[in-house]
Amino acid sequence: MSRSWGKSVSEVAAVLTLAHRDLIKLLRDRARIVSDFAFPLIFIGILGTSLQSGFGDSSNINLLHFVFTGVLAQTIWQSTALGVISLLMDREQDFSQEIFVSPISRYSIIFGKILGESLVAFPQFVAILAFGMILGVPFTLEKIVALIPAALIIAVYGGAFGVLVLSRLDNQRQANQIFPFVMLPQFFLAGIFNPIQHLPWFLDILSKIAPMRYAVDLMRDVYYAGGPSVPIFDLPTNLAIISVEFVLFMVVGTAGFVRAERNR
Amino acid sequence: MIHLEGLTKRYKKADRNAVDGISFDVRAGEFFALLGPNGAGKTTMISILTTTLSPTSGTATIDGHDIVREASAVRRIVGIIFQRPSLDMNLTAEENVRFHAILYGLYPYAPSYGLMPAAYREQVQGLAALLGIAAELQKPMRTFSGGMRRKLEIVRSLMHRPKVLFLDEPTAGLDVPSRRTLWEYLTTIRRESGTTVFLTTHYLEEAEEADTICIIDKGKVVSFGTPDRIKSDLVQEYVLIDAEDRGRLRDELARLELRSDGGGPFRVHVDSRHTHAALKAIDTPLTLVRTHMPSLEDAYVEIVGKVSE
Repeated sequence: MSRSWGKSVSEVAAVLTLAHRDLIKLLRDRARIVSDFAFPLIFIGILGTSLQSGFGDSSNINLLHFVFTGVLAQTIWQSTALGVISLLMDREQDFSQEIFVSPISRYSIIFGKILGESLVAFPQFVAILAFGMILGVPFTLEKIVALIPAALIIAVYGGAFGVLVLSRLDNQRQANQIFPFVMLPQFFLAGIFNPIQHLPWFLDILSKIAPMRYAVDLMRDVYYAGGPSVPIFDLPTNLAIISVEFVLFMVVGTAGFVRAERNR
Repeated sequence: MIHLEGLTKRYKKADRNAVDGISFDVRAGEFFALLGPNGAGKTTMISILTTTLSPTSGTATIDGHDIVREASAVRRIVGIIFQRPSLDMNLTAEENVRFHAILYGLYPYAPSYGLMPAAYREQVQGLAALLGIAAELQKPMRTFSGGMRRKLEIVRSLMHRPKVLFLDEPTAGLDVPSRRTLWEYLTTIRRESGTTVFLTTHYLEEAEEADTICIIDKGKVVSFGTPDRIKSDLVQEYVLIDAEDRGRLRDELARLELRSDGGGPFRVHVDSRHTHAALKAIDTPLTLVRTHMPSLEDAYVEIVGKVSE
């Protein structure tokens, strides 16, 4: 029976199983569902709407749409990144001990986690999209279809960033300590709520280093396609930067994670 | 089955080795117990042997597979029950078992129990029935008691029919009936499948059933052998006696050339075969006679105590 299954088939099955588990965990955790959806809705509903009503007339663009696209990208990117980093916490408890002693490769654990957290981010993507429609953010069917692959790329990119962070940390406590320094500055350097075209030179450098910036810009490339020139880089440029960083994060992060796992 | 040669582990920033040059062998089918106080290096050793931690130096093989170079092959043939529960509380009991089976490459992925192959359903039902938890398989883990969770972990760890089952303090936190049921079941499994069992425990009565006991402290082996050998080698039998006239008793013990220590009560070092004759020879009226037959626990406390001094 079983043992005749090819190794690669087993690894694919393991990746699917790990992803399946993450999705089940989300669907059965009501508190998490509420908190996952609450923050983006607060950002868009309160911040986006109030910015538009306060400064919308003096601005060239609709600030609700601007904040909406920024929060949409940030939520997906951050959800996957934090989900992957949660492997640290998982490692210290429950089922993940079991995952780490199973014969699957450490690479499959990483891929399974990224896939699972991307699936977890997808319901958030749909909910934010629906909320945007309620608030009057304009969409065409083509735009919605185009946003789906963009969301997927952003999710996987966030996951790769999570792997890089994961490889540098020993435990969840460290993750909690560095979280404000890694994530919060990116909220502002990535231009989720604020334009970043005219930053002082030192903030401009930091902004260009912040990976979340390219996720947000990619989302705006797709949303504003054929419309106002809100995005900073065009779609091919953002895709190229994301691709290079994705490979870099995955290679350095996974190698570091696998090494750190065994050489504690 | 298990072979260790100078196995050493020093954690980063630690000032001493957690496991310090340990060497021993465990035969196939053997029940092997690793004993030691907290921080002795037991869990570190299990982590190394189950390939989740790299040794700093030394080698170890399981069924001929090197734990570092052939980690994946080792993982396929070992099962482990962790010190801390390793079940996912968000899943049902069956989902926990199913995910294990797929991670071990036993069955293809399927999103639900009904879509899993009949062979899987038979295997999981059979194991669960043996442990008396078949009716609860589809229930969420949160509804399980501590004893039932441990049973499920055993069901899960046996799904891939491991050659070696590592049990890291498996009965910690369980009540006495649950502990007893668990051991009855493990004994049955061992008898029927010939699985090698490698146990770490704080409960010394569990180790007394082992074929071989290894006592470690501060990462080093301080005693190794059968439970009887450890007891006889390391703890002496004696008779504790006392009298109102301790001076007279002391003189009499010296005259009879009975080796003793203490200023009263006196520890008279005689083995159980000569106790009667020794007591018969003493004329001083005794106020206390107590024989000391060491249990494994006495041996353990004594050995660990000596090392700590």
